[in-house]
Amino acid sequence: MKEKHRLAIRWFHWVNFPLLALMIWSGLWIYWANDVYRIGLGRLTLFKFFPQGFYSAFGLKQHLAEGMAWHFYFMWFFVVNGILYVTYTVVSGEWRYLVPNRQSFREAMLVTLHDLGLSKGKLPQRKFNGAQQIAYTSSIILMGFGSVVTGLAIYKPIQVAWLDALLGGYQAARFEHFLLAMGYVLFFVIHVAQVIRAGWNNFRSMVSGYESVSLEKGPHE
Amino acid sequence: MSEDNKPTSGVPPAEDDPTSPTALGAPVQGAKALEAASGKPAAAVTETATAPPVTLPDPKEIETWNEQVRRRMRQKTRRSFLGFGAAALVGFGAFEWLMSRREIDDVPWPIRKTLEVNEQLARDFFSTGRTAPRPSETRLGNRINGDLGLGSDFDPSKWQLQVSGLAAQDEPLALGIDAIKKLPRVEMTTEFKCIEGWSIIVQWAGARFTDFMQAYPPTTQSGDDFSLDHPEDLLPYVAMSTPDDAYYVGLEVESLLHPQTLLCYEQNHQPLTLEHGAPLRLVIPVKYGVKNIKRVGTIRYTNVRPADYWAEQGYDWYVGL
Repeated sequence: MKEKHRLAIRWFHWVNFPLLALMIWSGLWIYWANDVYRIGLGRLTLFKFFPQGFYSAFGLKQHLAEGMAWHFYFMWFFVVNGILYVTYTVVSGEWRYLVPNRQSFREAMLVTLHDLGLSKGKLPQRKFNGAQQIAYTSSIILMGFGSVVTGLAIYKPIQVAWLDALLGGYQAARFEHFLLAMGYVLFFVIHVAQVIRAGWNNFRSMVSGYESVSLEKGPHE
Repeated sequence: MSEDNKPTSGVPPAEDDPTSPTALGAPVQGAKALEAASGKPAAAVTETATAPPVTLPDPKEIETWNEQVRRRMRQKTRRSFLGFGAAALVGFGAFEWLMSRREIDDVPWPIRKTLEVNEQLARDFFSTGRTAPRPSETRLGNRINGDLGLGSDFDPSKWQLQVSGLAAQDEPLALGIDAIKKLPRVEMTTEFKCIEGWSIIVQWAGARFTDFMQAYPPTTQSGDDFSLDHPEDLLPYVAMSTPDDAYYVGLEVESLLHPQTLLCYEQNHQPLTLEHGAPLRLVIPVKYGVKNIKRVGTIRYTNVRPADYWAEQGYDWYVGL
């Protein structure tokens, strides 16, 4: 029985989850009013963000006013939770587990190959491996920061015109903000898949803080 | 919500999980593990894993140790799932409470009040010195959007601008388009931003609103003469509406003092067309398009926060950029 995640970290994680979901949901309500992004070349469109069926299925149409109201309400909770999380990781020293180092990228390759079933090598057995370090640091901290910065650039483009210029312009900032939102969705899918793979012991540790450890086999069975 | 995925909190999960690796090799190690469980750093556990082997003890004793660890684990798990489950319920409750609040202009009041707090913060930060970038004219756009207040029973030749709240004037002042065109002509190219999320680059020509104020001075709070050096002495709001009052906007006065706020009669080097708000429209880059009212019929300086068409439909009143 080994302590894995401290109480504060678990709270930040589980508070962030519904907040981020609400931000993405209200963001889709806003995006719908000018849904111009697509994957394609010239006149050929491979995928439109988003197909009409998607809007209809989730009731995302005609909610611009509501979406903006929610977005500019919940943004405070999202930002405050993010600031508390970063402050806590810095002050407590938890950042040492999270920030990637020189070996992380090589290790991340190994982990990816392993998880795709292409390599049978033994994975590093510690709290977060290189892939996790990169994923968590870049997604949680950098993407969160990016969302706030690009969001501010769309929210107050005249007052922070310098920021819009830095991001490539008002419309560029809007696109970047959208990309980050899609990034969270992608992260969520992979994250949930990995949590399911890792199993109950790992999931429980994100709630209770403890995982059971075999002294012969190590923490990951 | 994630909390839905959580299994029922009361069930001790360690037993359901055959892979749960709690079996311990030696009593010494078991004891150490217990210490670790009671708050010692995890490092203590890993160290024991590499410690020299100790003579094998009685299996019964090992099982006793293991059972103690499992019991503590179950207890921790049960408590924390209950705790987080309760927190999830509180979260749901808070959300339900929020969504069921009395609405102010189509928005639950806690959210409406937050929008107003955001507005106050933005107004504190706002400066007439920060201007919209001036993009090049190479990609001028022309998009017709919105016809509220632009009914067809309108004769531009009979149009007059009614201005009320002027100094030393009880009756509204009626002005023709020539009165506006007499003011210094200002040209600018800015990115017009719609609240829907699109934007286009538009070239405008018209009179700066501050020049209009200088020419037709509004009343002041103190009763002193109007002066741009004392913006705090102005009435805090301005209301504008179309001649038929079908569309109306409210503005805080400082955004009208912005040097890029114009009363426009030309767009993209052409006289304003009817669908773009001829004969006179407001262009105010520090606001979304919704505040850039077309076919301005009345301008009114006021102490009372004016009604705003879209704010009544659930939008933020301020919508400052």
